[in-house]
Parts: sequence; C-alpha cells; structure tokens
Amino acid sequence: MTEFTPIASSIGGLLIGLSAAMMLVLKGRIAGISGIIGGLPTAPAEERPWRVAFMGGLLGGGLLMFILMPAQFGVQSPVGTVALVVAGLFVGVGTRIGSGCTSGHGVCGLSRLSPRSMVATALFMSFAAMTVYITRHVL
Amino acid sequence: MQILAAFIAGLVFAVGLAIGGMTDPNKVVSFLDIFGGWDPSLAFVMGGAILLYAPVYHYIIKKTRPLLHHTFHLPTRKDIDARLIVGGMLFGVGWGLGGFCPGPAIVSTASLRGDVLTFAGSMFAGMFAVYLYDRFRTTAP
Repeated sequence: MTEFTPIASSIGGLLIGLSAAMMLVLKGRIAGISGIIGGLPTAPAEERPWRVAFMGGLLGGGLLMFILMPAQFGVQSPVGTVALVVAGLFVGVGTRIGSGCTSGHGVCGLSRLSPRSMVATALFMSFAAMTVYITRHVL
Repeated sequence: MQILAAFIAGLVFAVGLAIGGMTDPNKVVSFLDIFGGWDPSLAFVMGGAILLYAPVYHYIIKKTRPLLHHTFHLPTRKDIDARLIVGGMLFGVGWGLGGFCPGPAIVSTASLRGDVLTFAGSMFAGMFAVYLYDRFRTTAP
C-alpha cells in the first residue's frame, strides 16, 4: 500500500502530455519511449540524433529529479534479482514486438483512438494486474 | 533546434514520470494491486496526459505539417496481429513483475540503484534480441 497522490500524479501526467504534445507539434512524432529508444538500431542515420537527444533528456531529467526529489524513486524494488531480469526481458521483448508501451500505446495511442493501442493497453493492463494478483495473493 | 526540442521533451517527460510516481516500483505494483491495498494514483498520470494530449492531437493533425519538420510520422496500421497481442501480454507480465515500464526504467537509472540497473540492462537486452531476430528473419533466405 502506498499513499494516494492524485494531485502530484495529475501534475506528472500533464507534464507527460505536454512532452508528448511537443514531440507531435514540433516534430510530428509519437512520444513512445520503447519506439524512440528501441528503434535506434533500425532508424535512418538522420533520425538518430533526435532519438539520442530525447534519451539524453530522459536521463538528464532523471538526474535532476533524483537530486531534487529522491523520494519519488521509492526504495528497493519489491522483487528479487532473478524476477527483475525476467521482468526486464519481458518488457523489452514485449514492447518491441507489440510496437509500444505505456506511453506510445497508453497515452498517445488511446488519445488517437487507435484500435491497436486500445487492444495493447487493455492487454498489458490486465496482464500486469493479473501478475500482481498472483505474486501478491496466490504465491 | 530539433535536437534541442527532443532533449527538452525528454527532460519534461522524465520530470513528469518522477513527479507522477511512475518511477517508484512499489507505487506501480500498488496501482496494479486492485484486490490488495489499491493505490489508484497512477490512473491520474495517464488521465492527465491524455487530457492534455488528445485535444492537441486532434487539432494538430488537421495541419499540413509540424512546426520543425516537413511531415508527420504517425502509425497507420489498424490490424490486430499476433505480435501485438503476444507483445502486450508479455509487457504486462513484465511490468507487473518488476514494477517498471520502459520510460521510468530509463529515468530511474539516474539513481544508480542495483534493482533499476538490473531491470534496465535486461530490458535493453530484450529489445536488442527482437532487433536481431527481426533482422535475421528478414535477411534469411
């Protein structure tokens, strides 16, 4: 159980929406993290600089927030190393073959009323909730 | 200019994820734990983002081009294929298990904490494996 933070979470959401709107209005791109980063090896050479710059912004913003508000990063993850390795692989493989993650499908795709994103979001949300139910209440 | 715009967008995105609580794996798991001590906060992250993005999207796509680039690059596919379904399911299991999705995993590496680095390293390996698999499949005879 963690503290309910509707105001901070709404502000965070608006900032994410603002960032995604910037990418769309300025560059005509979908702000999907797994697509921007995972697409690096296959992207044409002229596309690589902005993808790297976006990733640099993510890392820079992370560093800034870790200095200003370290509590937002929580404490140690609730699971062990083996589970983290498996989880990372599933997220990496799943978001690439599924063409998106929480940002590309969840935020941008749902806003665009994309049928593919609606299906993907319903699936990853329900499978994530089922996984937590099993790890927290069954095992 | 485009590079600077992408950097600032990435920065704002990261700040939003951290303020919103997406970078705390315990909060993510609490959000997904509907039958436990459910913390619905993170629904406000997605809600806030869509609230701002959706009207901007539907307004801007009526324009001929974005401000700093000659054309829009928007997904056009409408088909629901096996990769989308399997990918969504795999991602969901991984997200529920580890408490990180791709954005927060990258942003949180700033903490240099072991659990984050383990997850992020594994995630990049998974992404790279799909790249190699796809390349092999398209070049194989």
